[in-house]
Amino acid sequence: MCGIVGLFLKEKQLYPELGKLLTQMLLTMSDRGPDSSGIAVYSDSDESEFSNKLTVMSANPDTEFALLKLELEKKLERKIALQQKHNHGVFHLSQEELQFVPAYIKSILPDIRTMSKGKRIEIYKEVGLPSKVTKQFGVSAMSGSHGIGHTRMATESKVTTFGAHPFSTGSDQCLVHNGSLSNHNLLRRKLSREGIEVETDNDSEVAAAYLTWQMAKGLSLEQSLQKSLTELDGFYTFLVGTKNGFGVLRDPIACKPAVMAETQQYVAFGSEYRAFAKLPEIQSARVWEPEPATVYFWEL
Amino acid sequence: MKIYDLSEGELRALNENLQSANENETSWQIERPEGAHAIAVGLNAPIEVTINGSTGYYCAGMNKHATIKVNGSVGPGVAENMMSGRVIVEGDASQYAGATGHGGRLIIRGNASSRCGISMKGIEILVEGSVGHMSGFMGQSGKLVVLEDAGDSLGDSLYEAQIFVRGKIKNLGVDCVEKEMRAEHLQYLENLFKSEKIDCDAKELKRYGSARKLYNFNIDNLQNY
Repeated sequence: MCGIVGLFLKEKQLYPELGKLLTQMLLTMSDRGPDSSGIAVYSDSDESEFSNKLTVMSANPDTEFALLKLELEKKLERKIALQQKHNHGVFHLSQEELQFVPAYIKSILPDIRTMSKGKRIEIYKEVGLPSKVTKQFGVSAMSGSHGIGHTRMATESKVTTFGAHPFSTGSDQCLVHNGSLSNHNLLRRKLSREGIEVETDNDSEVAAAYLTWQMAKGLSLEQSLQKSLTELDGFYTFLVGTKNGFGVLRDPIACKPAVMAETQQYVAFGSEYRAFAKLPEIQSARVWEPEPATVYFWEL
Repeated sequence: MKIYDLSEGELRALNENLQSANENETSWQIERPEGAHAIAVGLNAPIEVTINGSTGYYCAGMNKHATIKVNGSVGPGVAENMMSGRVIVEGDASQYAGATGHGGRLIIRGNASSRCGISMKGIEILVEGSVGHMSGFMGQSGKLVVLEDAGDSLGDSLYEAQIFVRGKIKNLGVDCVEKEMRAEHLQYLENLFKSEKIDCDAKELKRYGSARKLYNFNIDNLQNY
């Protein structure tokens, strides 16, 4: 069991409410997974030079982040700001810098891990219940167009920050998963031969990397999800975030629950209806269950 | 009429009250369920419970004698293992509605998703909309009546439960076949529609049941094991 929530806002005036709504949805799913929780938020970005975001995490943020900032300023030969939230931090970089900085960080401070990179995505995840984790990162105050939340009951890998969802394996992409994959080690080796290294032992990260690989080969998210139906074996309800929206896929057996709600203002996803109970105008929303083996997608 | 607001009161206290309700407290109304699990489970008296809003997992589970009406949709496992009584869902039902039910009647005005009536053992299930894949799976006895369509593998590995469908069927499961609609079946459906005040011609439905080919081990299939 795990709990998934997602919210895609259709109206710009609701953007400042995203973090608050997402937090409230995720809290209702707490008893589906007490091990760890995380969120991905896609916030507005401008077209300025340093508008790309790199979210990093350190187990010793007080010492390592200051060091990292100094090292990066030397390397990039400019002043940079780090927006720190608990043990995560966000740097704003140019498109070019975003290409090499994650590998550079890994080479100088290997204990600092990249959580996400992209124009709009920020990922925050940690061990613990949603109530604790959302508070640590101040999720309620975050704004954006869409976001995904997950609360984990671990099955396939250790309970660590890096085993928490969402997983991001490509620019502005992320995936959360309820279920378990049975052929993830086979796929991990296949991806490795293609030059794609998956960082953790987690099955869901393999699914994320698989989709990233398909999209890198030129498929759309929709086509990649469609293809995963034949290559991923196991139980899954996936919620996949991209720069402009999110997609939903359930395996053909569809044991893992999923329910959706749509109004003029938003599209919401939840493992259970409870996640929607406090959403605005939920009484008049269209509420339905996504069909098995069917790809759903919403975009800005 | 007793009114219970679940946003203010404890679910456990509500269920304890409902389970020990006597003949002086036959009418209950539950407000703001907000998708909570296991509302009105294990009731054992002919009381009437109305739930105004949508519920989560296992609403009205293990019901005996009570009439439970949900003015909303229900999560997985509504009326699971019902023994007797009536459960009415005005909206849609999630997975395995009426699973393993021994008796009573479950009415779903909207659609039911996958595995509706799985392993049913005598319950009557009437779905006014459609049912999802694997509905009626391993049904042992009882009746599943669907007024719209049925998904993949309807009635797979069926025993003696009877299935009636008015609309299209994506495909029939292993050992499930269409069967002749005899007078007694038409009579059953006519009575059902009459008692539930549903305007539907029984002749529009088709009957499906077990081909009984899986009942005994077939030596010719040995190589498949």
